[in-house]
Amino acid sequence: MTDIRTDIRTGISLKHNPRSRRNLFGLLMTGLTLVATGLALLPLLAVIYYLLANGISQINPQLFTELIPPRGQGLSNAIAGTLTMVGLGALFSIPIGIMAAIYICEFGQNQPNLVLVIRFATNVLSGVPSIVVGVFTFGTVVLATRMLHLGSFSAIAGGVALGIVMLPIIIRTTEESLKLVPQDLRQGAVAIGATKLQTILYVVLPVALPAIITGTMVAIARASGETAPLIFTALSNQYFAKSLFQPTASLSVTIYTFATAPFIKQQQLAWAASLVLVGMILIANITARILSPKNLER
Amino acid sequence: MLPFSGGSSNRSPNKNLSQKLDQRLDRGFVGLAAICGLAVPILLGAIACLVAIQSIDAIKYLGLSFITKVDWNVNQNSYGALAQIYGTLVSSAIALFIAVPTGIGIALFLTEDFKFMPKQLQTLLGFLVELLAAIPSVVYGLWGIFGLVPFLRFLLRFLGLPLQGGSMLPAALVLAVMILPTISAICREVLISLSKELRYAAMGLGATRWETILRILLPAAGSGILGAVMLGLGRAMGETMAVTMLIGNRDQIKFSILEPANTIAAQLATKFAEAEGIEVSTLMYAALILFVMTSIVNILAELLIIKRND
Repeated sequence: MTDIRTDIRTGISLKHNPRSRRNLFGLLMTGLTLVATGLALLPLLAVIYYLLANGISQINPQLFTELIPPRGQGLSNAIAGTLTMVGLGALFSIPIGIMAAIYICEFGQNQPNLVLVIRFATNVLSGVPSIVVGVFTFGTVVLATRMLHLGSFSAIAGGVALGIVMLPIIIRTTEESLKLVPQDLRQGAVAIGATKLQTILYVVLPVALPAIITGTMVAIARASGETAPLIFTALSNQYFAKSLFQPTASLSVTIYTFATAPFIKQQQLAWAASLVLVGMILIANITARILSPKNLER
Repeated sequence: MLPFSGGSSNRSPNKNLSQKLDQRLDRGFVGLAAICGLAVPILLGAIACLVAIQSIDAIKYLGLSFITKVDWNVNQNSYGALAQIYGTLVSSAIALFIAVPTGIGIALFLTEDFKFMPKQLQTLLGFLVELLAAIPSVVYGLWGIFGLVPFLRFLLRFLGLPLQGGSMLPAALVLAVMILPTISAICREVLISLSKELRYAAMGLGATRWETILRILLPAAGSGILGAVMLGLGRAMGETMAVTMLIGNRDQIKFSILEPANTIAAQLATKFAEAEGIEVSTLMYAALILFVMTSIVNILAELLIIKRND
């Protein structure tokens, strides 16, 4: 009498055999993938370890009150510069980005080809290297302010470069947030006589707002760490910039300059600046997570 | 309950007026949104045009010899970017070679269907990979200088291989880490979007988990994964700061990955701020080449992903 768990044709047992070649192969693959994942996460742990080991001892009040070397042992003007330029970038990229996303999602149905072009351009723009954005900003803003004798390297130029980096992120995340708003709400608003503007302003946007803020925070976090678009648009400054048309220091450029400096004090300051920068980015990301709609539902 | 009194107002004398106003506002709003939407392709076009226009001088002066020559001599105004182009391609290729299999592996671990690990562990892994993407390039560069390079030097000493300060190897390794989140996130999306029937059918026929993955799911996800690879390649080619800090910035083409090299992005980062005269235009030319290379790769990725969605 053959066991029911036997192949009728070949007589091989159909019971799960953990030592079969096929199962061993699976085990091997799982093991390999596990090892690869572990190796990939090792750098992350190493970066965090180095940041804490080298940075924490450097965190002190004078970091936030003194100028960057050689004028002091602090980061105050670099922190102010980063906040200023990220703020400037946000100032124009957030409204333009949100409006562009509103166009794609809400009004685009009449011009499907245009929507396709905008979406395509957004995705290509997000793939443009940030250093090329820096080159572009140099060629437009820096050269234009130079021609008008308003200045040369400036916070304005840095802000524009960061804004261009933020724009595609804001458009994409806002588009995702608008898609999450149920269609019924729009139909309901239109049914009781609301105009398009009223529907968007009073019905759609309030519902999508938490998700939009999440996306904006992600974009801000991304922009605050950017260095490449700043090194030849905002340059750096040993002092606080007196106006938006002056060269401006930033945390990221400070890290870049001092990382390769020969003085141990300056290298230590680079670690402190990295810790402050990563801290700022994590705060922005965690705020984004807390505000994200998935968390609000719970 | 909505806080407006649009067209339904019954104040008859004002009705027409307010309706007209509403219509105007509406049209203005739609127009403004359209302008903002159009700003994106215009901006992209402006970037392409400006970089191209600014590099005209260098293109006239250097021609195509710029991409076939290894030379960067400011005093003699002799420029060739072959070493930088080579460095860009090779560092990206090594990074992809490491990051693609690892990224696909992480994507599999993060896909709930396969139950490789409990849900909590999956959430943790997802969080860590996102964290990897949140760390700025310049911080990876700093860690590379003080952590990775000394570590590699220590390892390679056992093999009797000397490692100079900056070289291709640490730059490519950091690049791999930096593009990993992009690749794993897109691969995960692609894997989730596959219909469950494929998996059920394969397993129903008696395939093991890895047979299902390797013979059914990954081939079915092929074009999407290729799109992810392309996006990763685009990011790797354009990545600037970490590479600039780690690659050694020497214009040479050496087969050994322990030798210093250079990339287009690194050349821009180190030379642009102090460049004058024809060198500015030459750097714009280099930026144009980088822009074209990354755009082609990104457009291919985009087409692959659009094709999938159709």
